[in-house]
Amino acid sequence: MPQDSVEDLLRPLTRQVLGTLVRRYGQFEACEDAVQEALLDASVQWPERGVPANPLGWLITVASRRLTDQWRSESARRRREVTVFTLELPGGPGGPDGAALGAAEPGEERAADTDDTLTLLFLCCHPVLPPAAQVALTLRAVGGLTTAEIARAFLVPEATMAQRISRAKQRIKADGARFGLPPQPERPEHSERLAAVLHVLYLIFNEGYTTSSGDDLHRAELTAEAIRLTRAVHRLLPDDGEVSGLLALMLLTDARRAARSRPDGTLVPLADQDRGRWDAAAISEGSALISAALARAPIGPYQVQAAIAAVHDEAARAQDTDWAQILALYEVLERLTPGPVVTLNRAVAIGMVRGPRAGLEVLSGLDGDHRLAGNHRVEVVRAHLLEMAGDHAAARDSYQRAARLTTSTPEQRYLQARAARLPRLAREPGQAPASPPA
Amino acid sequence: MKYMLLIYNNPASYEAWAEDQRTALFNEVDALMKELRETGELVGGEALADPSTTKTVRVRDGIPAITDGPFAEVKEQFAGYITVDCESVERAAEIAARWPDARYFAMEVRAIMHTTSVEL
Repeated sequence: MPQDSVEDLLRPLTRQVLGTLVRRYGQFEACEDAVQEALLDASVQWPERGVPANPLGWLITVASRRLTDQWRSESARRRREVTVFTLELPGGPGGPDGAALGAAEPGEERAADTDDTLTLLFLCCHPVLPPAAQVALTLRAVGGLTTAEIARAFLVPEATMAQRISRAKQRIKADGARFGLPPQPERPEHSERLAAVLHVLYLIFNEGYTTSSGDDLHRAELTAEAIRLTRAVHRLLPDDGEVSGLLALMLLTDARRAARSRPDGTLVPLADQDRGRWDAAAISEGSALISAALARAPIGPYQVQAAIAAVHDEAARAQDTDWAQILALYEVLERLTPGPVVTLNRAVAIGMVRGPRAGLEVLSGLDGDHRLAGNHRVEVVRAHLLEMAGDHAAARDSYQRAARLTTSTPEQRYLQARAARLPRLAREPGQAPASPPA
Repeated sequence: MKYMLLIYNNPASYEAWAEDQRTALFNEVDALMKELRETGELVGGEALADPSTTKTVRVRDGIPAITDGPFAEVKEQFAGYITVDCESVERAAEIAARWPDARYFAMEVRAIMHTTSVEL
Protein backbone atom coordinates (compact mmCIF):
# COMPACT_ATOMS: atom_id res chain seq x y z
CA MET A 1 0.00 0.00 0.00
CA PRO A 2 1.51 3.37 -0.95
CA GLN A 3 2.51 5.68 1.88
CA ASP A 4 0.19 8.56 0.96
CA SER A 5 -2.92 6.41 0.90
CA VAL A 6 -2.05 5.14 4.39
CA GLU A 7 -1.92 8.77 5.46
CA ASP A 8 -5.31 9.46 3.84
CA LEU A 9 -6.70 6.54 5.80
CA LEU A 10 -5.14 7.64 9.08
CA ARG A 11 -6.20 11.25 9.06
CA PRO A 12 -9.96 10.82 9.63
CA LEU A 13 -9.27 8.09 12.23
CA THR A 14 -7.04 10.36 14.32
CA ARG A 15 -9.82 12.23 16.07
CA GLN A 16 -11.79 9.05 16.73
CA VAL A 17 -8.80 7.38 18.36
CA LEU A 18 -7.98 10.49 20.37
CA GLY A 19 -11.63 10.90 21.38
CA THR A 20 -11.83 7.33 22.63
CA LEU A 21 -8.64 7.63 24.65
CA VAL A 22 -9.58 10.98 26.18
CA ARG A 23 -12.99 9.66 27.17
CA ARG A 24 -11.43 6.63 28.82
CA TYR A 25 -8.32 8.00 30.41
CA GLY A 26 -9.01 11.70 30.71
CA GLN A 27 -5.47 13.01 30.20
CA PHE A 28 -5.53 15.01 27.05
CA GLU A 29 -1.85 15.66 26.53
CA ALA A 30 -0.70 12.13 27.39
CA CYS A 31 -3.42 10.70 25.12
CA GLU A 32 -2.34 12.91 22.25
CA ASP A 33 1.26 11.74 22.58
CA ALA A 34 0.11 8.12 22.65
CA VAL A 35 -2.04 8.63 19.53
CA GLN A 36 0.88 10.24 17.69
CA GLU A 37 3.03 7.20 18.50
CA ALA A 38 0.32 4.80 17.34
CA LEU A 39 -0.03 6.74 14.07
CA LEU A 40 3.69 6.51 13.57
CA ASP A 41 3.59 2.74 14.17
CA ALA A 42 0.78 2.43 11.64
CA SER A 43 2.56 4.49 9.01
CA VAL A 44 5.57 2.17 9.33
CA GLN A 45 3.79 -1.19 9.69
CA TRP A 46 0.76 -0.93 7.42
CA PRO A 47 2.60 -0.31 4.15
CA GLU A 48 4.74 -3.41 4.93
CA ARG A 49 2.24 -5.81 6.45
CA GLY A 50 -1.01 -4.52 5.02
CA VAL A 51 -3.85 -2.60 6.63
CA PRO A 52 -5.48 -4.52 9.51
CA ALA A 53 -9.11 -5.60 9.13
CA ASN A 54 -10.19 -3.08 11.75
CA PRO A 55 -7.81 -0.10 11.44
CA LEU A 56 -9.60 1.96 14.08
CA GLY A 57 -9.51 -0.86 16.64
CA TRP A 58 -5.85 -1.47 15.89
CA LEU A 59 -4.99 2.19 16.50
CA ILE A 60 -7.01 2.37 19.73
CA THR A 61 -5.32 -0.75 21.10
CA VAL A 62 -1.81 0.37 20.17
CA ALA A 63 -2.38 3.89 21.49
CA SER A 64 -3.81 2.50 24.77
CA ARG A 65 -0.70 0.34 25.15
CA ARG A 66 1.55 3.29 24.50
CA LEU A 67 -0.34 5.17 27.16
CA THR A 68 0.10 2.39 29.74
CA ASP A 69 3.80 2.11 28.83
CA GLN A 70 4.08 5.80 29.47
CA TRP A 71 2.38 5.51 32.83
CA ARG A 72 4.43 2.48 33.89
CA SER A 73 7.63 4.35 33.22
CA GLU A 74 6.62 7.18 35.52
CA SER A 75 7.07 7.14 39.27
CA ALA A 76 4.86 5.04 41.54
CA ARG A 77 3.45 8.14 43.17
CA ARG A 78 2.55 9.62 39.84
CA ARG A 79 0.97 6.32 38.80
CA ARG A 80 -1.21 6.24 41.88
CA GLU A 81 -2.48 9.73 41.08
CA VAL A 82 -3.30 8.68 37.55
CA THR A 83 -5.16 5.62 38.78
CA VAL A 84 -7.21 7.65 41.20
CA PHE A 85 -8.07 10.12 38.51
CA THR A 86 -8.94 7.64 35.78
CA LEU A 87 -10.97 5.48 38.13
CA GLU A 88 -13.33 8.38 38.54
CA LEU A 89 -14.18 8.24 34.86
CA PRO A 90 -16.68 5.68 33.68
CA GLY A 91 -14.89 3.57 31.09
CA GLY A 92 -11.49 4.14 32.73
CA PRO A 93 -9.25 1.20 33.57
CA GLY A 94 -11.53 0.32 36.48
CA GLY A 95 -14.70 0.96 34.49
CA PRO A 96 -16.89 -1.39 32.48
CA ASP A 97 -14.66 -1.72 29.41
CA GLY A 98 -11.41 -1.05 31.26
CA ALA A 99 -10.23 -4.61 30.66
CA ALA A 100 -9.36 -3.53 27.13
CA LEU A 101 -6.41 -1.56 28.42
CA GLY A 102 -3.28 -3.46 27.54
CA ALA A 103 -5.20 -6.71 27.21
CA ALA A 104 -6.71 -6.80 23.74
CA GLU A 105 -4.72 -7.79 20.71
CA PRO A 106 -4.59 -5.25 17.91
CA GLY A 107 -7.74 -5.64 15.85
CA GLU A 108 -9.86 -6.98 18.68
CA GLU A 109 -10.94 -3.59 19.91
CA ARG A 110 -14.45 -2.53 18.97
CA ALA A 111 -14.93 0.62 16.93
CA ALA A 112 -14.94 3.85 18.91
CA ASP A 113 -18.04 5.02 20.61
CA THR A 114 -19.75 7.70 18.55
CA ASP A 115 -19.86 10.01 21.58
CA ASP A 116 -16.11 10.49 21.43
CA THR A 117 -16.10 13.26 18.85
CA LEU A 118 -18.42 15.21 21.09
CA THR A 119 -16.28 14.51 24.17
CA LEU A 120 -13.29 15.89 22.36
CA LEU A 121 -15.19 18.95 21.06
CA PHE A 122 -16.48 19.76 24.55
CA LEU A 123 -12.93 19.50 25.82
CA CYS A 124 -11.41 21.70 23.11
CA CYS A 125 -14.14 24.35 23.43
CA HIS A 126 -14.03 24.53 27.21
CA PRO A 127 -15.09 27.95 28.49
CA VAL A 128 -11.81 28.49 30.41
CA LEU A 129 -10.00 28.79 27.05
CA PRO A 130 -10.01 32.04 25.04
CA PRO A 131 -11.78 31.73 21.65
CA ALA A 132 -8.53 31.77 19.63
CA ALA A 133 -7.27 28.81 21.69
CA GLN A 134 -10.58 26.93 21.38
CA VAL A 135 -10.43 27.32 17.61
CA ALA A 136 -6.78 26.24 17.35
CA LEU A 137 -7.21 23.24 19.64
CA THR A 138 -10.38 22.10 17.87
CA LEU A 139 -8.67 22.15 14.49
CA ARG A 140 -5.63 20.35 15.88
CA ALA A 141 -7.29 17.69 18.02
CA VAL A 142 -10.67 17.16 16.34
CA GLY A 143 -9.92 18.26 12.78
CA GLY A 144 -6.56 16.52 12.73
CA LEU A 145 -4.88 19.47 10.98
CA THR A 146 -1.18 19.96 11.60
CA THR A 147 0.04 22.97 13.56
CA ALA A 148 1.71 24.25 10.39
CA GLU A 149 -1.58 24.05 8.47
CA ILE A 150 -3.48 25.92 11.19
CA ALA A 151 -0.75 28.57 11.39
CA ARG A 152 -0.92 29.08 7.61
CA ALA A 153 -4.69 29.37 7.76
CA PHE A 154 -4.53 32.06 10.43
CA LEU A 155 -1.51 33.80 8.88
CA VAL A 156 0.65 33.59 11.98
CA PRO A 157 4.09 31.99 12.39
CA GLU A 158 4.05 28.29 13.23
CA ALA A 159 5.78 28.99 16.56
CA THR A 160 2.96 31.34 17.55
CA MET A 161 0.31 28.74 16.76
CA ALA A 162 2.28 25.95 18.44
CA GLN A 163 2.49 28.06 21.58
CA ARG A 164 -1.24 28.82 21.48
CA ILE A 165 -2.06 25.10 21.23
CA SER A 166 0.42 24.06 23.87
CA ARG A 167 -0.85 26.71 26.28
CA ALA A 168 -4.42 25.53 25.71
CA LYS A 169 -3.37 21.96 26.53
CA GLN A 170 -1.58 23.10 29.68
CA ARG A 171 -4.69 24.95 30.71
CA ILE A 172 -6.71 21.77 30.25
CA LYS A 173 -4.15 19.79 32.22
CA ALA A 174 -4.14 22.35 35.03
CA ASP A 175 -7.90 22.21 35.16
CA GLY A 176 -7.55 18.49 35.82
CA ALA A 177 -10.56 16.40 36.64
CA ARG A 178 -13.06 19.08 35.79
CA PHE A 179 -12.36 18.11 32.18
CA GLY A 180 -13.74 14.60 32.40
CA LEU A 181 -16.86 13.82 30.47
CA PRO A 182 -19.16 16.34 28.90
CA PRO A 183 -22.30 16.96 30.94
CA GLN A 184 -25.20 14.65 30.18
CA PRO A 185 -27.68 15.95 27.57
CA GLU A 186 -30.40 16.49 30.16
CA ARG A 187 -28.18 18.72 32.35
CA PRO A 188 -28.50 22.48 31.79
CA GLU A 189 -24.73 22.91 31.34
CA HIS A 190 -24.90 20.58 28.34
CA SER A 191 -26.68 23.17 26.24
CA GLU A 192 -24.23 25.88 27.36
CA ARG A 193 -21.24 23.74 26.46
CA LEU A 194 -22.85 22.75 23.16
CA ALA A 195 -23.45 26.43 22.42
CA ALA A 196 -19.70 27.05 22.95
CA VAL A 197 -18.88 24.21 20.53
CA LEU A 198 -21.27 25.58 17.91
CA HIS A 199 -19.80 29.05 18.31
CA VAL A 200 -16.28 27.73 17.70
CA LEU A 201 -17.44 25.84 14.60
CA TYR A 202 -19.15 29.05 13.42
CA LEU A 203 -15.91 31.02 13.97
CA ILE A 204 -13.92 28.45 11.98
CA PHE A 205 -16.47 28.60 9.17
CA ASN A 206 -16.45 32.40 9.06
CA GLU A 207 -12.68 32.58 9.14
CA GLY A 208 -12.65 30.51 5.95
CA TYR A 209 -15.74 31.90 4.28
CA THR A 210 -14.96 35.57 4.65
CA THR A 211 -11.64 35.09 2.92
CA SER A 212 -11.37 36.13 -0.71
CA SER A 213 -9.90 33.98 -3.43
CA GLY A 214 -6.31 33.87 -4.58
CA ASP A 215 -3.51 33.47 -2.09
CA ASP A 216 -5.80 32.53 0.75
CA LEU A 217 -6.83 29.03 -0.27
CA HIS A 218 -5.50 27.58 2.97
CA ARG A 219 -8.03 29.68 4.80
CA ALA A 220 -10.82 28.51 2.49
CA GLU A 221 -10.15 24.94 3.63
CA LEU A 222 -11.35 26.02 7.05
CA THR A 223 -14.87 26.30 5.62
CA ALA A 224 -14.86 22.68 4.48
CA GLU A 225 -13.41 21.62 7.83
CA ALA A 226 -16.12 23.51 9.76
CA ILE A 227 -18.86 21.89 7.66
CA ARG A 228 -17.29 18.45 8.13
CA LEU A 229 -17.14 18.86 11.92
CA THR A 230 -20.66 20.30 12.13
CA ARG A 231 -21.93 17.35 10.09
CA ALA A 232 -20.27 15.04 12.64
CA VAL A 233 -22.04 16.82 15.50
CA HIS A 234 -25.32 16.72 13.57
CA ARG A 235 -24.97 12.94 13.14
CA LEU A 236 -24.55 12.60 16.90
CA LEU A 237 -27.34 15.03 17.84
CA PRO A 238 -29.78 14.80 14.89
CA ASP A 239 -32.70 16.19 16.94
CA ASP A 240 -30.93 19.35 18.11
CA GLY A 241 -32.48 22.27 16.20
CA GLU A 242 -29.51 24.62 16.65
CA VAL A 243 -27.01 22.02 15.37
CA SER A 244 -29.23 21.53 12.30
CA GLY A 245 -29.60 25.30 12.03
CA LEU A 246 -25.84 25.89 12.08
CA LEU A 247 -25.19 23.16 9.50
CA ALA A 248 -27.94 24.60 7.28
CA LEU A 249 -26.56 28.13 7.71
CA MET A 250 -23.09 26.97 6.65
CA LEU A 251 -24.40 25.07 3.61
CA LEU A 252 -26.70 27.90 2.48
CA THR A 253 -23.92 30.48 2.89
CA ASP A 254 -21.14 28.40 1.36
CA ALA A 255 -23.44 27.69 -1.63
CA ARG A 256 -22.76 31.28 -2.76
CA ARG A 257 -18.99 31.05 -2.51
CA ALA A 258 -18.22 30.79 -6.25
CA ALA A 259 -20.30 33.89 -7.00
CA ARG A 260 -19.22 36.18 -4.18
CA SER A 261 -15.86 37.28 -5.53
CA ARG A 262 -14.25 37.71 -8.95
CA PRO A 263 -11.03 35.92 -9.86
CA ASP A 264 -9.07 39.08 -8.96
CA GLY A 265 -10.51 38.97 -5.43
CA THR A 266 -12.96 41.87 -5.79
CA LEU A 267 -16.23 41.37 -3.96
CA VAL A 268 -19.60 40.92 -5.61
CA PRO A 269 -22.52 41.97 -3.38
CA LEU A 270 -25.42 39.55 -2.99
CA ALA A 271 -27.72 41.57 -5.29
CA ASP A 272 -25.19 41.46 -8.19
CA GLN A 273 -24.12 37.81 -7.88
CA ASP A 274 -24.56 35.41 -10.81
CA ARG A 275 -27.07 33.08 -9.17
CA GLY A 276 -26.44 30.42 -11.81
CA ARG A 277 -23.10 29.85 -10.07
CA TRP A 278 -24.70 29.11 -6.72
CA ASP A 279 -24.43 25.49 -5.58
CA ALA A 280 -27.97 24.12 -6.07
CA ALA A 281 -27.25 20.84 -4.23
CA ALA A 282 -25.99 22.66 -1.13
CA ILE A 283 -29.01 24.98 -1.24
CA SER A 284 -31.50 22.13 -1.41
CA GLU A 285 -29.72 20.23 1.38
CA GLY A 286 -29.59 23.35 3.58
CA SER A 287 -33.21 24.26 2.88
CA ALA A 288 -34.42 20.75 3.70
CA LEU A 289 -32.42 20.75 6.94
CA ILE A 290 -33.73 24.10 8.13
CA SER A 291 -37.35 23.36 7.15
CA ALA A 292 -37.24 20.11 9.13
CA ALA A 293 -35.62 21.77 12.15
CA LEU A 294 -38.08 24.68 12.23
CA ALA A 295 -40.98 22.23 12.09
CA ARG A 296 -39.99 20.29 15.19
CA ALA A 297 -37.30 21.93 17.33
CA PRO A 298 -37.49 24.97 19.61
CA ILE A 299 -36.41 28.05 17.66
CA GLY A 300 -32.88 29.41 18.08
CA PRO A 301 -30.62 32.04 16.50
CA TYR A 302 -28.74 29.69 14.12
CA GLN A 303 -32.06 28.40 12.79
CA VAL A 304 -33.34 31.93 12.16
CA GLN A 305 -30.12 32.93 10.40
CA ALA A 306 -30.31 29.78 8.28
CA ALA A 307 -33.93 30.59 7.41
CA ILE A 308 -32.85 34.09 6.28
CA ALA A 309 -30.06 32.59 4.16
CA ALA A 310 -32.61 30.16 2.66
CA VAL A 311 -34.95 33.00 1.65
CA HIS A 312 -32.05 34.71 -0.16
CA ASP A 313 -30.92 31.48 -1.82
CA GLU A 314 -34.41 30.55 -3.01
CA ALA A 315 -34.89 33.78 -4.97
CA ALA A 316 -34.18 33.17 -8.66
CA ARG A 317 -33.29 36.86 -9.15
CA ALA A 318 -32.32 39.51 -6.57
CA GLN A 319 -35.57 41.40 -7.24
CA ASP A 320 -37.57 38.25 -6.40
CA THR A 321 -36.22 38.21 -2.82
CA ASP A 322 -39.02 37.97 -0.26
CA TRP A 323 -37.83 40.88 1.89
CA ALA A 324 -41.04 40.93 3.94
CA GLN A 325 -40.23 37.44 5.15
CA ILE A 326 -36.59 38.38 5.80
CA LEU A 327 -37.77 41.37 7.83
CA ALA A 328 -40.10 39.16 9.88
CA LEU A 329 -37.21 36.76 10.53
CA TYR A 330 -34.90 39.59 11.64
CA GLU A 331 -37.60 40.70 14.06
CA VAL A 332 -37.64 37.17 15.51
CA LEU A 333 -33.82 37.17 15.68
CA GLU A 334 -33.81 40.53 17.45
CA ARG A 335 -36.17 39.16 20.09
CA LEU A 336 -33.98 36.04 20.55
CA THR A 337 -30.60 37.81 20.57
CA PRO A 338 -31.01 41.58 20.80
CA GLY A 339 -27.94 43.55 19.74
CA PRO A 340 -26.80 46.37 17.48
CA VAL A 341 -25.60 44.06 14.67
CA VAL A 342 -29.05 42.46 14.38
CA THR A 343 -30.64 45.91 14.39
CA LEU A 344 -28.28 46.91 11.59
CA ASN A 345 -29.47 43.98 9.49
CA ARG A 346 -33.07 44.76 10.31
CA ALA A 347 -32.46 48.32 9.03
CA VAL A 348 -31.44 46.86 5.65
CA ALA A 349 -34.60 44.71 5.52
CA ILE A 350 -36.81 47.67 6.50
CA GLY A 351 -35.14 49.72 3.77
CA MET A 352 -36.06 47.04 1.23
CA VAL A 353 -39.66 46.65 2.45
CA ARG A 354 -40.69 50.17 3.50
CA GLY A 355 -38.18 52.27 1.63
CA PRO A 356 -34.70 53.65 2.33
CA ARG A 357 -35.87 56.54 4.55
CA ALA A 358 -37.51 54.07 6.96
CA GLY A 359 -34.26 52.09 7.03
CA LEU A 360 -32.22 55.22 7.73
CA GLU A 361 -34.55 56.02 10.61
CA VAL A 362 -33.79 52.64 12.24
CA LEU A 363 -30.10 53.32 11.65
CA SER A 364 -30.24 56.70 13.39
CA GLY A 365 -31.37 54.82 16.52
CA LEU A 366 -27.92 53.18 16.54
CA ASP A 367 -25.95 56.43 16.33
CA GLY A 368 -25.16 56.67 20.03
CA ASP A 369 -24.46 52.96 20.48
CA HIS A 370 -20.89 52.64 21.75
CA ARG A 371 -20.80 48.95 20.76
CA LEU A 372 -20.76 50.04 17.12
CA ALA A 373 -18.53 53.08 17.54
CA GLY A 374 -15.95 53.07 14.76
CA ASN A 375 -17.59 50.03 13.12
CA HIS A 376 -17.61 50.45 9.34
CA ARG A 377 -20.72 48.28 8.91
CA VAL A 378 -23.00 51.11 10.05
CA GLU A 379 -21.55 53.38 7.39
CA VAL A 380 -21.81 50.65 4.73
CA VAL A 381 -25.53 50.22 5.44
CA ARG A 382 -26.07 53.98 5.61
CA ALA A 383 -24.30 54.44 2.27
CA HIS A 384 -26.43 51.78 0.56
CA LEU A 385 -29.66 53.25 1.94
CA LEU A 386 -28.66 56.80 0.97
CA GLU A 387 -27.80 55.60 -2.53
CA MET A 388 -31.21 53.90 -2.77
CA ALA A 389 -32.83 57.14 -1.62
CA GLY A 390 -31.10 58.99 -4.45
CA ASP A 391 -28.97 61.12 -2.11
CA HIS A 392 -25.82 60.38 -4.06
CA ALA A 393 -23.57 63.01 -2.55
CA ALA A 394 -24.24 61.88 1.01
CA ALA A 395 -23.97 58.22 -0.07
CA ARG A 396 -20.54 58.90 -1.55
CA ASP A 397 -19.46 60.50 1.70
CA SER A 398 -20.69 57.50 3.68
CA TYR A 399 -18.95 54.99 1.37
CA GLN A 400 -15.71 56.91 1.82
CA ARG A 401 -16.07 56.98 5.61
CA ALA A 402 -16.77 53.23 5.58
CA ALA A 403 -13.70 52.64 3.36
CA ARG A 404 -11.52 54.44 5.89
CA LEU A 405 -12.95 52.50 8.83
CA THR A 406 -12.70 48.95 7.46
CA THR A 407 -9.56 46.88 8.06
CA SER A 408 -10.41 44.55 5.17
CA THR A 409 -8.56 45.20 1.90
CA PRO A 410 -11.22 43.73 -0.44
CA GLU A 411 -13.98 45.62 1.36
CA GLN A 412 -11.99 48.82 1.13
CA ARG A 413 -11.55 48.36 -2.63
CA TYR A 414 -15.26 47.64 -3.05
CA LEU A 415 -16.33 50.67 -0.99
CA GLN A 416 -13.92 53.01 -2.77
CA ALA A 417 -15.27 51.79 -6.12
CA ARG A 418 -18.87 52.37 -4.99
CA ALA A 419 -17.95 55.87 -3.85
CA ALA A 420 -16.20 56.64 -7.12
CA ARG A 421 -19.33 55.78 -9.13
CA LEU A 422 -21.30 58.50 -7.39
CA PRO A 423 -21.07 62.25 -7.98
CA ARG A 424 -18.93 64.28 -5.60
CA LEU A 425 -20.40 66.15 -2.67
CA ALA A 426 -21.22 69.67 -3.79
CA ARG A 427 -18.73 72.01 -2.13
CA GLU A 428 -18.75 75.72 -1.59
CA PRO A 429 -16.14 77.58 -3.64
CA GLY A 430 -12.91 77.78 -1.70
CA GLN A 431 -13.61 74.54 0.16
CA ALA A 432 -12.47 72.33 -2.70
CA PRO A 433 -9.87 69.80 -1.64
CA ALA A 434 -6.29 70.71 -2.41
CA SER A 435 -5.17 69.37 -5.76
CA PRO A 436 -2.85 66.35 -5.58
CA PRO A 437 0.89 67.06 -5.66
CA ALA A 438 2.25 67.39 -9.17
CA MET B 1 -7.15 40.82 14.92
CA LYS B 2 -3.58 41.74 14.17
CA TYR B 3 -2.13 45.00 15.35
CA MET B 4 1.21 46.62 14.81
CA LEU B 5 2.58 48.40 17.85
CA LEU B 6 4.86 51.15 16.60
CA ILE B 7 7.62 52.08 18.98
CA TYR B 8 8.70 55.72 19.16
CA ASN B 9 11.69 56.90 21.15
CA ASN B 10 14.72 59.13 21.12
CA PRO B 11 18.00 57.17 20.94
CA ALA B 12 19.99 60.17 22.23
CA SER B 13 17.92 60.19 25.37
CA TYR B 14 18.63 56.53 26.13
CA GLU B 15 22.36 57.09 25.44
CA ALA B 16 22.42 59.42 28.43
CA TRP B 17 21.16 56.67 30.73
CA ALA B 18 23.38 54.72 33.12
CA GLU B 19 24.31 51.19 32.04
CA ASP B 20 22.20 49.49 34.72
CA GLN B 21 19.18 51.60 33.76
CA ARG B 22 19.53 50.51 30.15
CA THR B 23 19.95 46.89 31.22
CA ALA B 24 16.79 47.10 33.30
CA LEU B 25 14.92 48.45 30.27
CA PHE B 26 16.16 45.64 28.01
CA ASN B 27 15.22 43.06 30.63
CA GLU B 28 11.75 44.52 30.78
CA VAL B 29 11.41 44.19 27.01
CA ASP B 30 12.73 40.61 27.09
CA ALA B 31 10.25 39.63 29.81
CA LEU B 32 7.32 41.11 27.90
CA MET B 33 8.38 39.42 24.64
CA LYS B 34 8.67 36.10 26.48
CA GLU B 35 5.22 36.54 27.94
CA LEU B 36 3.68 37.37 24.54
CA ARG B 37 5.42 34.37 23.01
CA GLU B 38 3.91 32.17 25.71
CA THR B 39 0.38 33.52 25.26
CA GLY B 40 0.64 32.86 21.51
CA GLU B 41 -0.02 36.53 20.73
CA LEU B 42 3.39 37.51 19.37
CA VAL B 43 3.53 37.43 15.58
CA GLY B 44 6.82 39.22 15.02
CA GLY B 45 8.75 42.42 15.31
CA GLU B 46 11.95 44.21 14.43
CA ALA B 47 14.10 46.93 15.92
CA LEU B 48 15.40 49.57 13.54
CA ALA B 49 19.03 50.67 13.40
CA ASP B 50 19.96 54.16 14.50
CA PRO B 51 18.26 56.91 12.47
CA SER B 52 21.69 58.17 11.37
CA THR B 53 21.92 55.16 9.01
CA THR B 54 18.72 56.11 7.17
CA LYS B 55 18.63 56.57 3.41
CA THR B 56 15.79 58.25 1.54
CA VAL B 57 14.85 57.09 -1.94
CA ARG B 58 12.87 59.23 -4.39
CA VAL B 59 12.16 58.52 -8.04
CA ARG B 60 11.40 61.56 -10.22
CA ASP B 61 10.91 61.26 -13.97
CA GLY B 62 12.08 57.67 -13.68
CA ILE B 63 15.41 58.66 -12.10
CA PRO B 64 16.07 57.40 -8.58
CA ALA B 65 17.77 59.76 -6.15
CA ILE B 66 19.18 58.27 -2.97
CA THR B 67 20.19 60.60 -0.18
CA ASP B 68 21.39 60.11 3.41
CA GLY B 69 19.00 61.05 6.14
CA PRO B 70 16.69 62.60 7.13
CA PHE B 71 18.52 63.55 10.30
CA ALA B 72 15.79 65.90 11.50
CA GLU B 73 16.24 66.66 15.17
CA VAL B 74 12.82 65.37 16.16
CA LYS B 75 12.26 64.27 19.72
CA GLU B 76 10.54 60.99 18.89
CA GLN B 77 11.55 58.72 16.03
CA PHE B 78 10.16 55.48 14.71
CA ALA B 79 12.43 52.89 16.33
CA GLY B 80 10.81 49.53 15.59
CA TYR B 81 7.62 47.57 15.91
CA ILE B 82 6.06 44.42 17.25
CA THR B 83 3.10 42.68 15.66
CA VAL B 84 0.56 40.95 17.86
CA ASP B 85 -2.52 38.86 17.13
CA CYS B 86 -4.96 39.42 19.97
CA GLU B 87 -8.62 39.51 20.91
CA SER B 88 -9.27 43.24 20.83
CA VAL B 89 -7.81 46.69 20.34
CA GLU B 90 -8.09 47.12 24.14
CA ARG B 91 -5.74 44.17 24.62
CA ALA B 92 -3.33 45.59 22.01
CA ALA B 93 -3.33 48.93 23.85
CA GLU B 94 -2.70 47.12 27.14
CA ILE B 95 0.39 45.47 25.62
CA ALA B 96 1.56 48.80 24.22
CA ALA B 97 1.16 50.41 27.65
CA ARG B 98 3.51 47.82 29.14
CA TRP B 99 6.24 48.47 26.56
CA PRO B 100 8.78 50.69 28.39
CA ASP B 101 9.01 53.29 25.60
CA ALA B 102 5.36 54.12 26.33
CA ARG B 103 6.47 55.59 29.67
CA TYR B 104 9.17 57.83 28.23
CA PHE B 105 8.01 58.42 24.66
CA ALA B 106 5.00 56.89 22.88
CA MET B 107 3.61 53.76 21.30
CA GLU B 108 1.15 53.75 18.42
CA VAL B 109 -1.40 50.95 17.96
CA ARG B 110 -2.39 50.41 14.33
CA ALA B 111 -4.80 47.75 13.06
CA ILE B 112 -3.35 45.64 10.23
CA MET B 113 -5.43 45.24 7.07
CA HIS B 114 -6.65 41.72 6.35
CA THR B 115 -8.29 40.06 3.37
CA THR B 116 -11.46 38.70 4.93
CA SER B 117 -14.79 40.39 4.39
CA VAL B 118 -18.37 39.94 5.45
CA GLU B 119 -21.22 39.48 3.00
CA LEU B 120 -22.11 42.87 1.53
